[in-house]
Amino acid sequence: MTATVTPYTSSQPAGRVSFGTMLHAEWTKFRTVRGWVIGMAAALLATILLSLVSAAGSHRSVQAAPGSPPGRGTGIASAPVGPDGEPVNDQFAFLHRTLTGDGSITVRVTALAGSVFGPDGPPPGPDTGAPEPWAKAGIIVKSGTTQGSAYAAVLVTGSHGVRMQDNYLGDTAGLTGRVSSDAPRWLRLVRSGATLTGYDSVDGTHWTRIGTAHLTGLPSTVEAGMFVASPPHSAFRQTFGGESGETLPSRATGTFDSIDVRGQWSGSTWTGDVVGSDRENQGVDRFQTTGTGFTVTGNGDIAPIAVNSESSVERTLIGTFAGLTVVVVLGVLFITAEYRRGMIRTTLAASPRRGRVLLAKAAVIGPLTFVVGLVAELVSLVAAKPIMTHNGFTLNPIGVATEVRLIVGSAALLAVAAVLAMALGAVIRRGAVAVAAVIVVIVLPYIFGTAAVLPAAPAAWLLRLTPAAAFAIQQSSPAYHQVISDYTPAQGYYPLAPWAGFAVLCGYAVVLLGLAMALLRRRDA
Amino acid sequence: METTIDVTGLRKRFGSTVALDGMTFAVRPGQVTGFVGPNGAGKSTTMRVVLGLDAADSGTALIGGRPYRNLRHPLREVGALLDASALHPGRSGRSHLLWLAHSQGLTGRRVDEVIVQAGMQSAARRRAGEYSLGMRQRLGLAAAMLGDPPVLMLDEPFNGLDPEGIVWMRGYLRGLAAQGRAVLVSSHLMSELEDTADHLVVVGRGRVVKDASVADLLAAAAGGRVRLGTTARTEAMTVLARAGATVAAVDRDTLIVNGLPAARVVTLMNESGVPFSEVSGHRATLEEAYMELTRDAVEYRAADAPAAQAPEATR
Repeated sequence: MTATVTPYTSSQPAGRVSFGTMLHAEWTKFRTVRGWVIGMAAALLATILLSLVSAAGSHRSVQAAPGSPPGRGTGIASAPVGPDGEPVNDQFAFLHRTLTGDGSITVRVTALAGSVFGPDGPPPGPDTGAPEPWAKAGIIVKSGTTQGSAYAAVLVTGSHGVRMQDNYLGDTAGLTGRVSSDAPRWLRLVRSGATLTGYDSVDGTHWTRIGTAHLTGLPSTVEAGMFVASPPHSAFRQTFGGESGETLPSRATGTFDSIDVRGQWSGSTWTGDVVGSDRENQGVDRFQTTGTGFTVTGNGDIAPIAVNSESSVERTLIGTFAGLTVVVVLGVLFITAEYRRGMIRTTLAASPRRGRVLLAKAAVIGPLTFVVGLVAELVSLVAAKPIMTHNGFTLNPIGVATEVRLIVGSAALLAVAAVLAMALGAVIRRGAVAVAAVIVVIVLPYIFGTAAVLPAAPAAWLLRLTPAAAFAIQQSSPAYHQVISDYTPAQGYYPLAPWAGFAVLCGYAVVLLGLAMALLRRRDA
Repeated sequence: METTIDVTGLRKRFGSTVALDGMTFAVRPGQVTGFVGPNGAGKSTTMRVVLGLDAADSGTALIGGRPYRNLRHPLREVGALLDASALHPGRSGRSHLLWLAHSQGLTGRRVDEVIVQAGMQSAARRRAGEYSLGMRQRLGLAAAMLGDPPVLMLDEPFNGLDPEGIVWMRGYLRGLAAQGRAVLVSSHLMSELEDTADHLVVVGRGRVVKDASVADLLAAAAGGRVRLGTTARTEAMTVLARAGATVAAVDRDTLIVNGLPAARVVTLMNESGVPFSEVSGHRATLEEAYMELTRDAVEYRAADAPAAQAPEATR
């Protein structure tokens, strides 16, 4: 009987089953379930709608008084802008002369003291207390007395030693230690064209170069001399259930002598001016002559402004969080729906190379979510910005590169989160449990981390250790180490750098995908 | 090498339960092989092992001499229907076939061909969640046929079919075998395979109880039994029992005699003067043959069950 049988041969082409065919199959799977397609559209709409509703629902009616100290509640509406486009503080007491062409200035600083204003205004008498950590006394070459203009300076600080700073963002450390009459600091600034070189010395004989600054477009004639500034005294606390903070004006006095200028300096007397407003500084003579030099008393700061959450551009992307919630559910369902009905067996019979099945799924849900996210984030940003401006907010100008990073990064965040959710679904295999798990690992840490309901330290740890760290990709303004502010997640400042935070999410996704692949290979289907 | 299924010495445990206990059989091309046994005998587990879905603790399962996982285009070599309900309810039948086709590099045209073959044109574009079990079976069969494979493995394909569907399925399976394909069809009801299977692999408790052609099986089941029609049942039973035969009463005037050839029965009746109307060789049904073969397995399970469950309950 068997001898008469001719075995059958398939009529179908022997096309090779490859990763490409698996990818095609997974894409067909996704697009043919109407609920999932609607879900993707819902993610798009939820992101945009929440962003727009949030923008439309926020109003700012009280503008910060011009020139008031930086810190909490201060908008950046009236702030001057530095040469690189960022909002800056530029307010200080300036004892200056005009320098034309190349030259140099050398001084010795023998003291820097400070005081904090009480509720009734400035304290009487000269400053005798400890200065603010970033109180500054030093020498500066500045293109003019206009706020926001280019400068380079060498200065002593309250507790960060000697620094060379330029154009608000540049900051290089020099000698360490606190200045005093027993440990004076010699400072020198040499101008050569648009290049300024800073030096410091403990004895006026042995000099060390701190750094060099190139001030593009520095005019031949510049204002140069001695300056003092003292940023507000700030303290921030975030505890269970809320934030608190106080910001008080402060004042500092620097003592200069051994003044030596080289080059073509105008006249022979120093002119005392206050750059920016200096209303709180009553009761003390700002500029006093000592036997061999001067004391200069000032407040304010020469530094970038730490933008608070109110002015952050990423507020226009608040809807990312709504989109995230939808795409992680879709990511989970993309695999658990197969387990629920036993369809996973059909899939694995068609594609016996199991690890690749998950890779194909990731390669469908990831890029698809990325494209949807890109549209959602772009529309959110472009549409929400004018609404917020109309409602009285001044958004921090952040430049095109940063805006692109916010949009692309947020879309990538959604995409990788969807892959992570799919991997978690493959590990857990049950939709409801997997959705709950993914909400717990990524959505909840984001809420608890950024909503100011936890103390600042645990909130920051949540945003370091959990996949929600990736929201750092949305931080538009950097934290400045030389400016004390409320650098908390609630204010839009994440503990990790943007791409580092994103890498944490990617790490979780890769590990979970690897685990899911290993389990899929080992388990019976 | 002929494309067949070769199962050799499969063993598998799920915890303390032995699912497969040395399962060994081969499926030949050109015929329908019935894979029969009570529920829990290991049929579905065997099929999952053959498809590389479950791993056996030991033994081999080969398709045309190769493990399933090594097949380059699996659906072109084996078509399987394991669970007709393994569908996403939101996807149409056609879309289900389409993703499966795409996974093998096949196109929508092949999908439309198998839809026609399975006779489900009218339902193809409806959501699978609305399908009757019978329609899902047809969809599952269409999916198994996508790659036009020489080997088919169908788990309980008759489930949920109406009588007309059962007739259609029988004809379809016979047609596939006639084309030279190896067709393995599992069922827990032997009657479904009547007039369909050429060969039977009867399993119980994870191992093969009988592996024989249907013709041999029927002959063996009928083996030596004689049907006797008589109005004097009591007298006939006494005479036959004294001669060493085992006698069973089928109804008021029919006895089944075991242990004596028909000619000897006729002689005994004549000698004793017991009236009788008919003596004939007994024709067994496939169902009878099956019940006989699996009785041990079923009885053993029934007796075994409380003992096996007791530790579970007290744990």
